[in-house]
Amino acid sequence: MRAVITVIGKDMVGILAKVSTTCAEANANVIEVTQSVLQEFFCMVMLVDIAEMNCELGELNERMRNNVPGMTIHIMHEDIFNSMHRI
Amino acid sequence: MLNMSDIVETITMIQDENLDIRTITMGISLLDCCDSDIDRSCEKVYEKIYRCAKDLVKTGCDIEQKYGIPIINKRISVTPIAMLLGASGGDPLKYALTLDRVAKDVGVNFIGGFSALVHKGFSPGDKELIEAIPRALSETEFVCSSVNIGTSKAGINMDAVRTMGRIVREAAELTADRQCIGAAKLVVFCNAPEDNPFMAGAFHGPGEPDCVINVGVSGPGVVRAALAKAGDDLDLTQVADIIKKTAFKITRMGQLVGSEASKRLGVPFGIVDLSLAPTPAIGDSVAHILEEIGLDMCGAHGTTAALAMLNDAVKKGGVMASSNVGGLSGAFIPVSEDAGMIEAARSGVLTIEKLEAMTAVCSVGLDMIVIPGDTPAEIISAIIADEAAIGMVNFKTTAVRVIPAIGKNEGEELEFGGLLGQGPVMKINKTSPAKMIKRGGRIPAPLHSLKKYIGEG
Repeated sequence: MRAVITVIGKDMVGILAKVSTTCAEANANVIEVTQSVLQEFFCMVMLVDIAEMNCELGELNERMRNNVPGMTIHIMHEDIFNSMHRI
Repeated sequence: MLNMSDIVETITMIQDENLDIRTITMGISLLDCCDSDIDRSCEKVYEKIYRCAKDLVKTGCDIEQKYGIPIINKRISVTPIAMLLGASGGDPLKYALTLDRVAKDVGVNFIGGFSALVHKGFSPGDKELIEAIPRALSETEFVCSSVNIGTSKAGINMDAVRTMGRIVREAAELTADRQCIGAAKLVVFCNAPEDNPFMAGAFHGPGEPDCVINVGVSGPGVVRAALAKAGDDLDLTQVADIIKKTAFKITRMGQLVGSEASKRLGVPFGIVDLSLAPTPAIGDSVAHILEEIGLDMCGAHGTTAALAMLNDAVKKGGVMASSNVGGLSGAFIPVSEDAGMIEAARSGVLTIEKLEAMTAVCSVGLDMIVIPGDTPAEIISAIIADEAAIGMVNFKTTAVRVIPAIGKNEGEELEFGGLLGQGPVMKINKTSPAKMIKRGGRIPAPLHSLKKYIGEG
């Protein structure tokens, strides 16, 4: 069971740290991170293992919003991408 | 491995292009709730619906969280109530109030099935139910009603057509103080599907299983955006291909959500309805897709052709994406629910006659059209008859949901709010069809032989 976390917003210090700390607190293991900064925009896609997570995805979403304010964050189960883009 | 551009595409669809699951609809059979005592029958209806659907809304919300995709409506469709009324007798309003109460208690947005199937004739309960529709829609909040008055196999029941013209008017009159909302919750069908998840026409057909989950997807905004990105140089074959690919992706999401909901609720998964269902929100309009294809405004000559292509491409793309497709499946053209249609109707480019032609190729029919408040019942009946004839001859579902704007005339508007939107009063042809409608009887089913096919001598 894996989920995709995407973070988009104005670049600032400590975004990656805050996101990964929140994941660690929820016992979600970070598997892969891709990030880029285009002009001043920070864009990150993170793949996390949620099999052993200690809370629901909705709860993680809520915590993420509180811990990393000012960024647009989506947390979605990977199935939605697989079913949409794979036959 | 997941691809970055796929991830970004999905998120853009949801966030910027209004992609959503329009509805998860639970179909519930009430045939085992029949009782000769109407109060006992209502009690059983309440218990069964509550038992089946108590977790529906929560499950919908959980799935929303898991996949990050909005699920706009959670709804219930039930066995046509006329079938229960036939056995129980009594005041049909009791059923309507029971449905309304249980819908409120389980938290769904709508409950459909205050319905009767009378395409060949009336059986016990049908007439009583139909007569009670205006009161039922005026005294309840969540109940939706539909009546099937024709099929390609049985022909058109013109006695029912005559009655329904009057019933539509009464439904509007009784709710004149609430934007005539009663008529917006009433659909008159020809060839009604038994597994349609969309309101107001959803009911749970007698051929369906005991309890089932059906899903309706949406996404006109996604299709429009895909066409806009592709540019103006593509020919129509390529345009159709883009629509197919987009419909495929949208439907896959419906399939995923439907199977997840069915698993969580322990209820079999019925169908995905591959529909492009617009909302009044900017960027979520079927008319704007047609305009993106190349019409200055929806309603121009060429609209029917563009819509025919759109409708067909949506089905072709969607069919491969889902294990079971059903319901209405195609492009909806509800005027008041579509920002582009509202605009086109206001400016007079989109007329009711053009809409009628469009219904020969779209997925349903004359939908959410506001007509002058002084339109006589026989003209509404004649509109229903014309629309049913298109459905009957072309083997497709057609429907009429017109709203007589009581006390209003051309140039004025009705405001329903929410997904039902707002619509200008459209001009209609006032020439009287009264004599024909008064005749009643049945229009016989059309002959399916002796057709002229291509290549035939």
